[in-house]
Amino acid sequence: MNLWSAITLGFKEIWSHKFRSALTMLGIILGVSSLVAMSALTAGMEKGMKEALIAIGGLQKIRVERQELPIEQRHLRDQAPGVTMDDLKAIRASAPLIHEISPEMRLQRATVTANGKTIRPFMLNGVWPEAIAMNEHVVEHGRMFNEIDDEMARSVCVIGTETRDELFGDPEKMGHEVIPLGETIYINSVPFTIIGMFQHYESEQAKKIRELKAKEPKVPVVPGAPKRNRGWGGGRQGGFVFYIKNAMIYIPLNTMWIKFKAGNAMQAGLSTTGTPKLDNLQLKIGDLETLTPAIQQVHNVLMSSHKGIEDFTFRTQEDWAEQIANQIKNARLSGGMIAAISLLVGGIGIMNIMLASITERVREIGIRKSVGATTFDVFVQIVVESMVIALVGGLLGLITSFGLVQLLRSLSPTDNAPLITASAMLVAFAFSALVGVVAGLIPAVKASRLHPIQALRYD
Amino acid sequence: MALLELRDVHKTYHLGGEEIRALDGVSMDIEAGEFISIIGPSGSGKSTLMHILGCLDSPSRGTIKLDGLMIEKATSRQLASIRNQKIGFVFQFFNLLPKLNVLQNVELPMIYAGANAKERRDRAMEALQLVQLENRAKHRPSQLSGGQQQRVAIARALVNSPRIVFADEPTGNLDSHTGEAILNLFRTLTQQGRTIVLVTHDPEIAALTPRRIEIRDGKISVKVDPRLAGLDRVPAVAEPGKAA
Ligand SMILES: Nc1ncnc2c1ncn2[C@@H]1O[C@H](COP(=O)(O)OP(=O)(O)OP(=O)(O)O)[C@@H](O)[C@H]1O
Ligand SMILES: [Mg+2]
Repeated sequence: MNLWSAITLGFKEIWSHKFRSALTMLGIILGVSSLVAMSALTAGMEKGMKEALIAIGGLQKIRVERQELPIEQRHLRDQAPGVTMDDLKAIRASAPLIHEISPEMRLQRATVTANGKTIRPFMLNGVWPEAIAMNEHVVEHGRMFNEIDDEMARSVCVIGTETRDELFGDPEKMGHEVIPLGETIYINSVPFTIIGMFQHYESEQAKKIRELKAKEPKVPVVPGAPKRNRGWGGGRQGGFVFYIKNAMIYIPLNTMWIKFKAGNAMQAGLSTTGTPKLDNLQLKIGDLETLTPAIQQVHNVLMSSHKGIEDFTFRTQEDWAEQIANQIKNARLSGGMIAAISLLVGGIGIMNIMLASITERVREIGIRKSVGATTFDVFVQIVVESMVIALVGGLLGLITSFGLVQLLRSLSPTDNAPLITASAMLVAFAFSALVGVVAGLIPAVKASRLHPIQALRYD
Repeated sequence: MALLELRDVHKTYHLGGEEIRALDGVSMDIEAGEFISIIGPSGSGKSTLMHILGCLDSPSRGTIKLDGLMIEKATSRQLASIRNQKIGFVFQFFNLLPKLNVLQNVELPMIYAGANAKERRDRAMEALQLVQLENRAKHRPSQLSGGQQQRVAIARALVNSPRIVFADEPTGNLDSHTGEAILNLFRTLTQQGRTIVLVTHDPEIAALTPRRIEIRDGKISVKVDPRLAGLDRVPAVAEPGKAA
């Protein structure tokens, strides 16, 4: 008997027990679709993570921050210089593995007033123009302040769309574009002119959702009804990483120092001479491979310029990336486990049905053997039949997985929208074939070993 | 050398400590081209003998040689090929596959012979014409009468043009007219050099075959059935090979 007749025979057998076969397939359908859906889920998470990682400047970014001294150096606390512009110069001069460097000075608990509204910005940083490249910012309207603005300590600022939304209104709610260039905002009562605005940062998925929403008809406003806030708008939908970028306000570093820091330092009785203290230094290396040697290099430079006082620390995105990668790995593992178990259960279902089916068909097998079917012919017939059930189930499972993923997508419209991959489908389908073969083995061996006359006498 | 040689064949069944000797020392030769009938009372071991002759069952003791091949030494693949190519078997209880139609049932041996679809169809239709059932090709066995099912079983046995056909009561369900047609078909086949062995209860049919073997309690009986005596021109246990 050739393979083709075995396959047609398998289909006939399945067709003659439609309900039973459908129930048997259900196990495989669930197994395959959950396998594909699980991998889609983790693939979506991975994609979201990569986007977020790029948005914060990638793994090549190192931050030098001030740190409490180690215990054995505590007595030198008053000698600790902190992170300063001197460090920046030293690193620039003696750490060639560092390609970019950008200082940052933060204004804590700032208030920003404009357009009759007052907000507390999430982050207000004094930076150099280099911060744009360092943090993957794109100035869409106006311009970033330049070296001259910084030198002159001009009161100019560049804001993100979140700040714009809060102070001047969300263009989606207003129904028209809002570009507050040239407007004046008051940072701790000091007037600043907005000279630039970043583009709106969001994940691809958030963008899609937003565009979809824009196409939907607006909720009709009942005339005369009191105005109400319909809850959290799209503001934070883009994920926290994107929110932080959108809520950013940049002012020149010098302006920050002169307008907000130097005076405070004087009042607090701290030194206003010497180089200004920074909150951190952002460094960027060229190649991820050089991360460890680069940190070593900077460490050496700073240890010498700080006279051996280790009052600084390094922060990279590795932990964060690793954490997320771990989460994805765990999700993949547990998801894979669930899918594997359901495939296994599906396989047991097939084996069960095949065993029942051959007991039902002992006479048939006896007849086939008596007209010349070999042991192998019978074996192939049963295995193929089991495989056909599994493969049809697998195929239906792949189709079902699309629906399942659609369901998951509508349940959690986040940046991590599940993403069906061809390789996941291939793997799941191959697994269903494997399950079919394995489940068919025992029944096939049992059937092929039947003795023709004993089988014919069976009832 | 005979086509089939049986030497001291025993078949014993054990049922709850009791020993049933279905065959008790049978020795016989069958030559190519012979037309043999096996007669004997019910339970005497006719079907058991046929199954062993047809390589469907193996004896508890004794040897069978088919075409010079010792059957007990044959591999299961060789046995399958013998059942498929050399032997056609008509079972006492037809043993058709209920889910297949008549044509598919007749095609079955050719599927295992590896014939292509067109060849299978053509030869199956030819075989059905021999038993005058070509107009029932699309029917299920359950839609046929007992006699028609028996004829389908005969067509299936003939479809691979086997050298030997074993037929266990092939005319048991047939009226005398159709039964005669089947016997004529068998006779034509023996004239073409095929070997036919049939089991029957009917002494008149047995009388029509050149050689008769009588079985009693699992043994070949040398005693001539008195009912057959008058019809006989040759002894009930004929010398083998003379008819060929
Ligand atoms: N599988 C079996 N287990 C136990 N006993 C068996 C088995 N097969 C056959 N027998 C016994 O062997 C004996 C011969 O049976 P067999 O079927 O060969 O008889 P038969 O001559 O064909 O009878 P009939 O003319 O009724 O068909 C019977 O006594 C039967 O009970
Ligand atoms: Mg019988």
